[in-house]
Amino acid sequence: MTQPHLSLQNVTYTYEENGPEAVSDFSLDVGRGEFVALLGHNGSGKSTVAKLLNGLYTPTGGNVLVAGMDTQDSQYTWEIRKRCGMVFQNPDNQIVATVVREDVAFGLENLGVPSEDMPAIIDRALSAVNMADFADRAPHMLSGGQKQRIAIAGILAMQPEIIVLDEATAMLDPSGREEVLETALRLNREQGITVVWITHFMEEAARSSRVAVMYKGKLVMDGTPREVFSQVDLVREYRLDVPPMTRLAHMLRERGLDVRPDALTIPEMRQEVKRLAHHA
Amino acid sequence: MLRDITLGQYYPIDSPVHRLDPRIKILLTMAFIVCVFLVGSPLGYLPIAAYLAWATWMARLPAKMMLRSMRPLRILLIFTFVLNLFFGTGDTELLRLGFIRVTQEGLYNAIHFSLRLIFLVIGSSLLTLTTPPVTLTDGLESLVSPLKVIKFPAHEMAMMMTIALRFIPTLAEEADKIMKAQSARGADFTSGSLKQRAQALIPLLVPLFVSAFRRAGDLAMAMESRCYRGGEGRTRLHVLKTGRKDWLAVASIAVLYAVVLLMARYV
Repeated sequence: MTQPHLSLQNVTYTYEENGPEAVSDFSLDVGRGEFVALLGHNGSGKSTVAKLLNGLYTPTGGNVLVAGMDTQDSQYTWEIRKRCGMVFQNPDNQIVATVVREDVAFGLENLGVPSEDMPAIIDRALSAVNMADFADRAPHMLSGGQKQRIAIAGILAMQPEIIVLDEATAMLDPSGREEVLETALRLNREQGITVVWITHFMEEAARSSRVAVMYKGKLVMDGTPREVFSQVDLVREYRLDVPPMTRLAHMLRERGLDVRPDALTIPEMRQEVKRLAHHA
Repeated sequence: MLRDITLGQYYPIDSPVHRLDPRIKILLTMAFIVCVFLVGSPLGYLPIAAYLAWATWMARLPAKMMLRSMRPLRILLIFTFVLNLFFGTGDTELLRLGFIRVTQEGLYNAIHFSLRLIFLVIGSSLLTLTTPPVTLTDGLESLVSPLKVIKFPAHEMAMMMTIALRFIPTLAEEADKIMKAQSARGADFTSGSLKQRAQALIPLLVPLFVSAFRRAGDLAMAMESRCYRGGEGRTRLHVLKTGRKDWLAVASIAVLYAVVLLMARYV
């Protein structure tokens, strides 16, 4: 078996000394090219996990390895941050420059990339998030979804292997959310970038290939969206909801109808209803 | 109301003046200001006026824009003129109205100092009208970077200015939002005495500051995530280059100096 791309080993994190544990004894391995959704209600510690992944926080106990490099070892700090990019929740608070092109250049400037190489890299990064036409615009004139895609482009320019999106869609409207999720899914599919998608929207988690659920700083569920969401009662116990179609399936089963418990999408549900109608 | 804040007074068109190296432009403006002070008589402002007219034409700026830059200074200008006119020294009396007397020297000084003020303002707004604030910051950073030897934080200063410029629209928008929210709950920002209005601003400023600090924390984290670690070893997307047109501009100001100095001597 190859080495996991991201590895959290019995990680514990407290914000203050002897304070409550925001993350406690958390272990999770993410393989190269995976798309993992990390779910949890507010205060479950999922944002803390995000900041542990690129060395913004170093664990109080346990180890975090990014491509085999320990985040506690300060000689790797910048290499880890270059390989593991991070998109934050508030689109306004992560854009540094007054022109889109210059903001995408920010990471490159920090890495000391030669000036003459930058324009081509920037154009490629902006094209990858379908924002090439906006290179000379002012970021504050863009929509939330567009700003988040600029933030992704700024990270892509640094040629990362991993992108962590920490509730990147929480402040966006539905169409902006779709834009950003679609972009992340495509980068995962086409460029093989490992994605950790932190969210509290179940519909988004349903489209990942793996769902991890956090509760009170601990990892409590881990599996495919189907495996996780079909356990409706357990998911609810962790103060989360399940996707609407799974909820509908659950309700129908409670009333004695034999639909599959792990239906996630509307087409799947339609098929199930058709099948039932056929039998009746 | 807060929406139409423009960043500085930059006039976004393309012209040879707009394309000058910002460092050269800053130095030229400083040289121009010194030159204005070298003028000895009102007549000596003729070459200055001609130079500004030429520069404005080269920058493709409408004359209206240049005159508009005078507006914030009109009161100061009137004061300068009136004070010099009525309270000047000298013996050649031109007019006497009670205790006020206008002398020839007073009139001369009034015109002299008013013209000086006018040309200083127009000359420096030529810089801000043709240079975007961020470019101006880049130019300043580069100009003061030799001071890094004595630990002057040139890069940090420029980075702070850039971030401040970046967040002006964001914070303006937020102030607008808070104002509307407070107005909806009965706050009154527009009437009352000056003291009352100042007090009404407190519920606007407190949330604005709290949010600005939160934003600063977020931004710092985002910058660190993108490998920001100060100015050391940093490259730039836009490299400042000094070319032929910059040296031509320097030559033009040298000519202006020659003319002004000659006139101060012989006219």
